[in-house]
Amino acid sequence: MAGKSYTLPIGPVHPALKEPTMFKLTVEGEIVTAVDVQPGINHRGIEFIGMRRNPLQVLHLAERICGICSIVHQYSFALASEKAAGITEIPERAQYIRTIMAELERVHSHLLWAGVAAHELGFDTLLHWTWQLREWVQDVLEIISGNRVNYAMYIQGGVRRDISPEVIQKLKVMIADYRAGIDQLCKAFTDDRVFRHRTMGVGVLTYKDAVETCAVGPTTRGSGVHKDVRIDQPFGGYADLDLDYCLPEKMGYENNGDTYAKTLVRLQEVVQSLDIIEFCLDNMPPGPIRWESNMTKLLQHMKKAEGEALGLNEAPRGEMIHYVKLNAGDENVSIWKVRASTYNNILAWTKMLPGCQIADVSIIAAAVDPCIGCMDRVTVVDQDTGKEKLFSNEDFYRASIRKTRAYQRKVSP
Amino acid sequence: MKFNKTFDRALWVFHLNTGSCNGCDIEIVAALTPRYDVERFGLKLVGSPRHADVLLMTGPVTRAMAPRVERIYRQTPEPKVVMVIGNCGCSTGVYYESYNILGPIDKFLKNIDPDVKIIYVPGCPPRPEAIIDATAKAWLVLEGLRGDA
Repeated sequence: MAGKSYTLPIGPVHPALKEPTMFKLTVEGEIVTAVDVQPGINHRGIEFIGMRRNPLQVLHLAERICGICSIVHQYSFALASEKAAGITEIPERAQYIRTIMAELERVHSHLLWAGVAAHELGFDTLLHWTWQLREWVQDVLEIISGNRVNYAMYIQGGVRRDISPEVIQKLKVMIADYRAGIDQLCKAFTDDRVFRHRTMGVGVLTYKDAVETCAVGPTTRGSGVHKDVRIDQPFGGYADLDLDYCLPEKMGYENNGDTYAKTLVRLQEVVQSLDIIEFCLDNMPPGPIRWESNMTKLLQHMKKAEGEALGLNEAPRGEMIHYVKLNAGDENVSIWKVRASTYNNILAWTKMLPGCQIADVSIIAAAVDPCIGCMDRVTVVDQDTGKEKLFSNEDFYRASIRKTRAYQRKVSP
Repeated sequence: MKFNKTFDRALWVFHLNTGSCNGCDIEIVAALTPRYDVERFGLKLVGSPRHADVLLMTGPVTRAMAPRVERIYRQTPEPKVVMVIGNCGCSTGVYYESYNILGPIDKFLKNIDPDVKIIYVPGCPPRPEAIIDATAKAWLVLEGLRGDA
């Protein structure tokens, strides 16, 4: 049957997918030769909705882009909008609380991923165990914010809630519990022969491919690329820390970009996050937690502000960018653009999947920790003809030239 | 349609994400894992709507998911109950102005089947305890449908 290939559609509703997306695999026998991702099913038009609301309302919309990395979306939006509005004096205590929350989320997200990865390999005991460990950090997040998933902690110029000394005690107990339990969890992943066999050499993303596809986060650090927004462009409380890139070589493995390497990166980052939280708790300065505690005044300031800014952040899945433009006199956000980390990482699938077996597709797809809710886009469809149009680089280039010409005509008649 | 009493104490559940943000979905998985362990009540996640008694739906219905929601609802055998998890499935919540969202799940399902039985679980996202509570309510609904057989 050489040369005979089939297309295997997966999705949009499929037991292996927790979110609606669709990919088409071209298979020859058991081997995947090509992959085509067709997103757009979970597209909710959030940027459009956001441009009809004021910056304080968008904070709550931003965290509902994705239920797993809700904190970093809100953090990035807060960073971008306060930069655009010229709010620069954020109290130091607020910066530390922001950092603590972002790192607590990283712990919960990476443990969630580890459980899902174990589940994809049919290792359900490990899934239940990791998710049981994950409940500890969920408890702490609930004590701090009152909710288990969407926390509503950030606001332009600070945070909404303080962390009291009693909660700090609970956080320290949590850190001690994790330090005692995490080694055993790491061993469950690294010492298990089946896990090693199923992940070593599977879904390899080479250094070159990682750079070419602009992969971000643990996906790219697994390939040995030194890329981490917290270290490259430190912000908030990270500026006071001495962080180092989490690479697989630190756990005695090659930086070869396979699924095992990515697992090691994420397990290390859990420990790194615990270190960061501990540092922030020990060095948290006293003082106010907001630049402006009166909401009406803050909104008035945002209304008068004019400017644009980028909010960069390191989500559990990698670099995330929010672009915000505010116009003076306009209460609403004028332009809001989100580029979540999965948008980059999904390209890595096209390098990682070809050549693998069908049975490995789910673990390789899960290895980048895809979050479809974050990244979904739409295809432009002509309503009359039903024709789809995809915009290529060339189209954008031509459109750009057209716009320049139009301006030239306007400027010099 | 009627069914007998051995049926309704072991609800098999199919989870359908109609365009949610993942928040409710991870709470559903959290409800299945050891802390809450909803399987002790006979609840089980299944991989096909044809095996399911209950459809767990999360999120508002996006344009692309609308025909799939209808198909999956029709594929689920009678009698069935729909559990709508989360604010955005109950009322589209924070996404109410979007161009790509057709509306909350109930409005959509009532067009397909006027007799649809829906249990609403509001919250953003609802806690796992609320999901367990809703399961108990699903039992009551299914008990009401029980025949003499």
